[in-house]
Amino acid sequence: MHCPGFLANNNIWVSLVVGGLANGFLYALIALGYTLVYGVLKLINFAHSEVVMAGGFGGLFTMRALLGTSTPAGFWAIGFMLIGILAGALAGGATALVLERVAYRPLRKRNAPRLTYLISAIGASFFLYNIAGKEFGRYTEFIQAPAVVNGNAFTLCGVGVQSDWVLTMVVAVVLLVVLDAVVSRTKLGKGIRAVAQDAETASLMGVHIDRTIALTFVLGGLMGGVAGFLFGLQFGVIYTMGFVPGLKAFTAAVLGGIGNIRGAMIGGLLLGLFEAIPLRWMSAEWQDVVAFGVLVTLLLFRPTGILGERLGREA
Amino acid sequence: MALLEVTGAEVRYGTVPALHDFTISVDKGEIVTLLGANGAGKTTTLRMISGLHHASRGTVRFDGADISRLAAHKTVELGISHVPEGRRIFPQMTVIENLEIGAYNNPHHQDAKIDHVFELFPIIKERRKQQGGNLSGGEQQMLAIGRALMAEPRLLLLDEPSMGLGPLFVQTIFEIIRTIRDQGVTVLLVEQNAAKALQLADRGYVLETGRIVLQDTAAVLLRDDRVRMAYLGEDIGS
Repeated sequence: MHCPGFLANNNIWVSLVVGGLANGFLYALIALGYTLVYGVLKLINFAHSEVVMAGGFGGLFTMRALLGTSTPAGFWAIGFMLIGILAGALAGGATALVLERVAYRPLRKRNAPRLTYLISAIGASFFLYNIAGKEFGRYTEFIQAPAVVNGNAFTLCGVGVQSDWVLTMVVAVVLLVVLDAVVSRTKLGKGIRAVAQDAETASLMGVHIDRTIALTFVLGGLMGGVAGFLFGLQFGVIYTMGFVPGLKAFTAAVLGGIGNIRGAMIGGLLLGLFEAIPLRWMSAEWQDVVAFGVLVTLLLFRPTGILGERLGREA
Repeated sequence: MALLEVTGAEVRYGTVPALHDFTISVDKGEIVTLLGANGAGKTTTLRMISGLHHASRGTVRFDGADISRLAAHKTVELGISHVPEGRRIFPQMTVIENLEIGAYNNPHHQDAKIDHVFELFPIIKERRKQQGGNLSGGEQQMLAIGRALMAEPRLLLLDEPSMGLGPLFVQTIFEIIRTIRDQGVTVLLVEQNAAKALQLADRGYVLETGRIVLQDTAAVLLRDDRVRMAYLGEDIGS
């Protein structure tokens, strides 16, 4: 692959930026779940971490059942990865749907105060990851992936680009484009935006508020679940796996402008880069310190995030 | 037969009754207006009919069917469009998107319906690509009525359509309401501007603290002393 001259002797930059973007795309996928739900409910779904975890386990169990110890190659390998992605999406979507029904809708029907939602979210989160730990074991398990996903896809400026990074980025780009189209063009998307801007008036237009909110959770859950599978592919699957990426993605959503879909995408990518770039000069334990230092500084100058709130009502 | 019949309805906000033993009817093709002071229950009446609030007692019948328990997103499908107080345009959607969402469950002939709205309100056609939040109050009111028409209603509920508008816009809005009725839509109108409302309407009801205290043809109400004093601001003592 062609290498621009200025990068030829800066291999480290290539690997930091590519790796940072790969993580950034994962954050972006997860961040969308926070931002969509915030848009329609003005609520941070802190149990979204567990949606990510569910996607990891969904993918793990499906791949294990389908592949056993075999490692298919070529065309079949791609087919199996797509099945894994689909399994992650379904597990995430189903978990998000159950969360809405069990943890949030009953509160909404009773006009509960905001703080109650927060407690319900944290409670649901603890419940879900502890039950996963109890049922699935408290150690990291690795997804048996086809050989094609291990190793490097290609070499860029002398740096090997990991296949799972490439997979992550391709899948994320496709999902982000599809989601953007769903929200801006489809009937469901119009309903979501209408509920976000003025739920009562949306119902006067014929929008079924409960169904629209549930489907908003599902949309976010599908993407969070895929992110969970892709994350598990790189780092393994364990009951606590959702916590850190979930929290970081939430931060990314705020950085981009909570409630703003494109903001969540940009915020995720930026956070991925903020984390990776400092590794050029300092050791890994400084990574989060620097990334979040930059983030807080940015928010001081733009308190509503980079793009500001958009999907939602004026806060 | 009446298109809309509310019989013995009671609506409560918590323990406070907002409507009590409330009975009105609207015939097909009529313009009926509800008059009353702030807090008399006019907005509550419209919210009850469109399903935003449910009556704890009594019935709401539309075209013969009991709709007392229906949610708002269902009543619009039956043919009741509610233009809420304060217009409630979706601020971050374009004019076209606001109209499109008015036809959310009824998207047939959408372009033809949008053209029809633009015929009624040429001003908003010029603003078609702008965000709803950037329109003036009068333009927003026109958009709100146009958006309601996109669902092809048989009954149009209008809550204070002239509120906060300049005299020119008020005139236009009232002319349009007449046109809409002439095109076959029945209208139930809540309006602060009682004189204008009675000039336009066929019949009227007067509400006080959640009860109907007076009902008659608009012509009779316009001459009624109580109405003239309380709602038309006329001094009849002299």
